[in-house]
Amino acid sequence: MAQVVVVTSGKGGVGKTTSTAALGAALAQGGENVVVVDFDVGLRNLDLVMGAERRVVFDLINVIHGEAKLTQALIRDKRLENLALLPASQTRDKEALTPEGVERVIGELRTKFDWIICDSPAGIERGATMAMRYADIAIVVTNAEVSSVRDSDRIIGLLDAKTEKAERGQKMPKHLLLTRYDPARAARGEMLKTEDVLEILSIPLLGIIPESQDVLKASNLGSPVTLSSPNSAVARAYVEASRRLKGEQIKLTLPAEARRGLIGKLFGRRAIA
Amino acid sequence: MNLLAFFRRRDSAPVARERLQVLLAHERAVLGGSDLISVLQEEILAVIARHVAVDRDKVQIRLDRGDLVSTLEVDVEVPSTLPNAPRTAHARA
Repeated sequence: MAQVVVVTSGKGGVGKTTSTAALGAALAQGGENVVVVDFDVGLRNLDLVMGAERRVVFDLINVIHGEAKLTQALIRDKRLENLALLPASQTRDKEALTPEGVERVIGELRTKFDWIICDSPAGIERGATMAMRYADIAIVVTNAEVSSVRDSDRIIGLLDAKTEKAERGQKMPKHLLLTRYDPARAARGEMLKTEDVLEILSIPLLGIIPESQDVLKASNLGSPVTLSSPNSAVARAYVEASRRLKGEQIKLTLPAEARRGLIGKLFGRRAIA
Repeated sequence: MNLLAFFRRRDSAPVARERLQVLLAHERAVLGGSDLISVLQEEILAVIARHVAVDRDKVQIRLDRGDLVSTLEVDVEVPSTLPNAPRTAHARA
């Protein structure tokens, strides 16, 4: 049965689009039939991160308004045949997203794919509420930083109130994806630790994605990081997270911490301070 | 860099954690309760407004959240133009 996943966060810049692309590609690499859907109407970027920006003809809003068929708007990935993108419109605004239209498109996608991954825009307005509305599972993307954690808490509240699942009285399964994590800084007491964020938000952990230069490189190239740098720590972390999403029990491997001697620690600190 | 300051340096992550815990405890209570309060407030005021003119600025609402019982107090000042009208209506939910 198809699973509709919303990738959301409240705050911008935490890694929703990067994570949508990487998890979508990782699931497809594992043999699943996947579509990634951009809900950031007016500020689309998933097409760029996926490297499909020059192939966009029709978009989600065209399909909602009946101006194009779903099959015309879907863009097949050139690297993975079982991965597709449904881009957002760049010219319309988020008010063009109607609940009935989104429900119909999601319903149609359910018949074609195993996984429908909805990339939510930042904020708590229409784009974000429409992206989460028909989800079966939510991935809350959070950085170990106060404003991101606060916004995630707010989004968790919305997931439990403003989704169709919540309105039917069902529980929305939520998973935390801790991104841009710097284990060395957390070890030095400069960044919230994983367990702090988990305790505060109290939702289960899907994965820890380390801060990595490979992510910028991937977006420069227009390729999900699991495809552009498959052996990097960040790609491995996304692959593990995608397998947990499928229900596999995999032990969480914390990103390798920089172990330094006393001298290294002293000089390392001084260099940062 | 002062060596003393270096050794006295306090980690900032525990401060972040503490601030978040206090803030979110408050925000969850406010956001979680605001819907019920506003619904009750609107409905109680609508009932009263059916009989007398209500000045929205002269309505006071207090909430006391208990473990088992919560009380919502709505104080409405009723204009004195009505003959024999009580000056204050007091609703308890």
